[in-house]
Amino acid sequence: MSAAETAQDKASARNGWLLSTPALIILTLFAVGPLLIVLVYSFLVPGKYGNIEWAFSLEGWRGILFTKDIFTEQYQLADANVTIFWRSIKLSLLTTILTFAVGFPTAWFIATRPPKARALWLFLITIPFWTNLLIRTYAINEVIRNEGLLNTLLLKLGAINEPIQILYTDTAVFIGMAYVYLPLMVLPLFAAIDRFDMRLLEAGYDLYASRWNVLRRIILPITKPGIIAGSILVFVPSLGAYVTPRVLGGGKQMMIGNFIELQFGQGRNWPLGSALSLMLLIIVTGALLIYVRYANGDSRHG
Amino acid sequence: MTQVNAVEARNVVKAFGQGDNTVRALNDVSVEIRKGEFFTLLGPSGCGKTTLLRLIAGFEMPTSGTILLEGADITYLPPNKRPVNTVFQSYALFPHLSVAQNVGFGLQMQGRPKKEVDETVARMLALVKLEPMANRKTSQLSGGQQQRVALARALAPKPKVLLLDEPLSALDLKLRKEMQIELKRLQTETGITFVFVTHDQEEALTMSDRIGVMSAGKLQQVGAPKDIYTRPVNRFVASFIGETNFLSATAESGAARLGTGDLVELPGLTGSGSVTVTVRPEQVRLVDPAEAGAIAATVKTLVYFGTDTHCHLALKDGTEVVARLQSPATGEAGLAQGQSVGLRFAAGAAQIVED
Repeated sequence: MSAAETAQDKASARNGWLLSTPALIILTLFAVGPLLIVLVYSFLVPGKYGNIEWAFSLEGWRGILFTKDIFTEQYQLADANVTIFWRSIKLSLLTTILTFAVGFPTAWFIATRPPKARALWLFLITIPFWTNLLIRTYAINEVIRNEGLLNTLLLKLGAINEPIQILYTDTAVFIGMAYVYLPLMVLPLFAAIDRFDMRLLEAGYDLYASRWNVLRRIILPITKPGIIAGSILVFVPSLGAYVTPRVLGGGKQMMIGNFIELQFGQGRNWPLGSALSLMLLIIVTGALLIYVRYANGDSRHG
Repeated sequence: MTQVNAVEARNVVKAFGQGDNTVRALNDVSVEIRKGEFFTLLGPSGCGKTTLLRLIAGFEMPTSGTILLEGADITYLPPNKRPVNTVFQSYALFPHLSVAQNVGFGLQMQGRPKKEVDETVARMLALVKLEPMANRKTSQLSGGQQQRVALARALAPKPKVLLLDEPLSALDLKLRKEMQIELKRLQTETGITFVFVTHDQEEALTMSDRIGVMSAGKLQQVGAPKDIYTRPVNRFVASFIGETNFLSATAESGAARLGTGDLVELPGLTGSGSVTVTVRPEQVRLVDPAEAGAIAATVKTLVYFGTDTHCHLALKDGTEVVARLQSPATGEAGLAQGQSVGLRFAAGAAQIVED
């Protein structure tokens, strides 16, 4: 490479940085900045009426998993917190699995309609987005509560003698989240299936593959990018869900999101809230890394 | 011992659509494809040749009729249960698998042991000369190479019949010629029955042992390339395969009288009424107009093609006849536009075709 070319490369690199300055400033102000504040707060001491006091402490981070016994002043594992983490991860995984199980046939159905009908079906899928999340969640509440649609129907049919308690259980949160996040699974799956060359199905059948093998060996591997995208889009917000567990879990069945809110509200423990938020960020990032690595490795080995 | 046919279709009808919109893609087609032969289904697009292929592959079920594979009824057997493989027009290679995995897919699905799969894949890749590409992704291959992978993949499970759905149509002319020879070689080496679908008559003539010419959902004629070319049964077959001249005439005993009054000898012709006489351009000879029995004509245009020249002639009654002359002949004869010449058809070249 000549000196002139090198100089030109340097100049264009400099120009690149210069041009991206506005974006960098916005990112620093609105993404990195707040995160730094949260990080700093997590190492401080909670103030009496919320807020923080400027003194270094590891209590916030320790509080994620341990509580100090009031009498003996000794740390012990906080069972309540562990339950909340476990519930969050379990429900998020279940939600991802259910939305996939329901979303894949749905997306397949839409992708195999004629183009005109396809637009209509996609429109129907996106309609719930137009309604406020809170209202949609209360709608689910209305369906599953003891005097709600489902129980009334089952009672009238004589299938049950007394209402099933679904509301304010993990099941209620699970149903609510699966309903709310289903479109986030369907849309990327649709995009992947839409690109799928249906002629490969015939090629598969022609080469002695059963229906199950065509699904497992051809359709699923080829639409994997869509499956991964959909799973991430569902799993990540599920883990941080706040409204759904609040309304359908009734404050008893808390998830990480509610727990964090509690620290900034009644708990008046901002450092713990900050540490929990970062913990959530770490879990999500970790899960994503594992998932992406697993997905890539899998495709390499066929 | 009577030879069992590789594939046999009996009175196959395939209708698409419902009610008034019903279209008969296949209308009572019966054909016998012999073991180990290279059989071509030839016809224009929409003639039903691909539908027949799909029925043999099992992707479609016939509305009525029966399909036999080596004597066994496979009419309603799903494609994955048929020992028949297809080379698709679009190749339909699996994009997530390597070349070797593509080739081995069928064997794997049949549950063959890994060792056997690996050996067969290696042998197949050698057969289509793609050993160095075994671990490539199919998207990294050229069109011709993808074609070979599709062939190897379909041949690997050793099907009783290999179906090829216009596999060469996506290739450029030079590659297509190479692949024609390649296909013929593969067919001879493997001894597998090939059923090849094409709309390209030249392709059909050069590769096939026998050709079935299709049109409008019907099989028009089945026969060896030479039979089809020299003895077409009807006007469609005559015009679809090669170029030809059609002349309206009136039947007489042993000859047909053209509109100009000239007689064309046709031994065996009896009866009366109007008939159509066909003669291939290369069978038309130019002679001295004064010669006895020569049909008088005028040269209208000369089109030079390199190896030969097409000479468009007009008979007295205006009927156009094309003669294909080997190039030096034109120069020697000193043909020019407007010149009066005599025509003569090579012995046995003229024949009657049904309309």
